[in-house]
Amino acid sequence: MSKFEFPTSIISRPVYGTLKARSGKHHLMIADAEGAEAILDVATPDLMANSHIIYIPLGTDYADKLRALSPAQFYVGPTYAASVSRIRRVLERSNMGLNIYLSGTEGLMGQAQNEAMQAGFAHSAIQTEHRGSIARRMQCVHCKGITEDVEMDPFVCSHCGLNLFVRDHYSRRWAAYQGVCIDAEDPGNVPASKGIYAQGDEV
Amino acid sequence: MSTAPQKAKSGAEKLDVKVTAVVPLNELVTRFEFQRRDGELFPPFSGGAHTVVQMVDGDRTRLNPYSLMSDPADRSRYAISVRRDDEGRGGSLFMHRNVKVGDEMVVTYPVNLFSLDLRAKKHLFFAGGIGITPFMAMISQLERTNGNWELHYACRSKALGSYVDELTYKYPNKVHIYYDDQKQAMDLKQLLEGQPLGTNAYVCGPKGMIKWVHATASAAGWPDANVLSEEFMAPEPGAPFEVRLCQSDKTITVGENESLLEAIERAGVDAPYLCRGGSCGQCETDVISADGEFVHRDHWLDDVEHASGKKIMPCVSRFIGKSLELDR
Ligand code: FES
Repeated sequence: MSKFEFPTSIISRPVYGTLKARSGKHHLMIADAEGAEAILDVATPDLMANSHIIYIPLGTDYADKLRALSPAQFYVGPTYAASVSRIRRVLERSNMGLNIYLSGTEGLMGQAQNEAMQAGFAHSAIQTEHRGSIARRMQCVHCKGITEDVEMDPFVCSHCGLNLFVRDHYSRRWAAYQGVCIDAEDPGNVPASKGIYAQGDEV
Repeated sequence: MSTAPQKAKSGAEKLDVKVTAVVPLNELVTRFEFQRRDGELFPPFSGGAHTVVQMVDGDRTRLNPYSLMSDPADRSRYAISVRRDDEGRGGSLFMHRNVKVGDEMVVTYPVNLFSLDLRAKKHLFFAGGIGITPFMAMISQLERTNGNWELHYACRSKALGSYVDELTYKYPNKVHIYYDDQKQAMDLKQLLEGQPLGTNAYVCGPKGMIKWVHATASAAGWPDANVLSEEFMAPEPGAPFEVRLCQSDKTITVGENESLLEAIERAGVDAPYLCRGGSCGQCETDVISADGEFVHRDHWLDDVEHASGKKIMPCVSRFIGKSLELDR
């Protein structure tokens, strides 16, 4: 099951929808891992004839299924970092009327949305659908370092080593949630880590 | 008179002005320019803002909104351009026939419900007829900051093309004019296709044109957030109807040529307003009971609210039926 119902939270927390085919002549779809399923769900021959798919499998085997949709252009990249120059180039060469569809992990959608916003998109004009891992891209508010794929709360900042509490406070500019030192007042007093969405005592 | 704004009841704060110029542009459109009577500078405004002009016509007072079209950087004057509407409720006719240089009038502080989104990488303007006025101020504003803009302006004919000469003289490469009587039509589809990412479109003109631009842009894949519009809305005349104002304990009759809001004000009841054109939301009024049909014309309430019969925007909407009771 690749769909997860995120609990409702503060307004800063991004909410994701369900991809819908929009009218227009150009469609850019960026997905990672199970995000491929969202594209498979929305795909029609008409839509695919005008679609450019940029896909990062992260070890899954959806790439062939996507290729079988016969999109106008199809690119498979090993990582987001390796794909971002291509994303930028597509955005640079596009005009108004380009539709953007993002699906997969929050980290991928956030970073790709950020690129699109820099190219002139309003964040509300970009479609998103979450699929797959619920891990977060976290920024340490103290050292500003980014730790990818955080599943546990609290966690240790991979840059400065502080114990960080996973907040729902999100930065669109950094495409990351904010992590705040959990034991600043009482160093060493760190509650046991649990899954971010695990039930239990709130920190 | 002090320089402090007078806060007189509802609406934006008021400014005492005198008319310093009345400039007929063509058969239908005249420009009116104002200076403050106290000699002070006007409050600043941004392109797209409007002011509500108070017109005292015998024992009747009209309050009509007009886009400010002067250069926002010039705080010595405000200017509006008024198109004569022979079928309207008389505000524009009053301006054209009665207002002379030297007259003392009252206008409100500017209110902007149609402002530029300065995050946009390019501003694409679509004007129809008198809908050119907000763009005059927006263009002056953008020129000062070297903004990227382009204007597509449809007019009935050369003779009725207000400000066409000035615009094409100053900005020959940015201004595109289309004359209806010469069957010159915008190739809107094509135009929308070639725009860089981050372009915002702005439309001001007749209802049909606004709908056309929204629909064409949406079909071309433009996000709704990138298409902004302002419809020139004036209350429409209609059959008289009776209204009970419960809070004030008054029963009033809305005349054929006045709006519900005007009738409420005429009865001496202070009712909130800002734009008087159905878009700001300020005048929203609760309906206590109604036996009849609403004629909703605002852009504020959504379809569900319109259908509910629980709310009305008295600046532009009317009622046909037996009885209407409002919480006012
Ligand atoms: S006064 Fe603005 S909506 Fe009625």
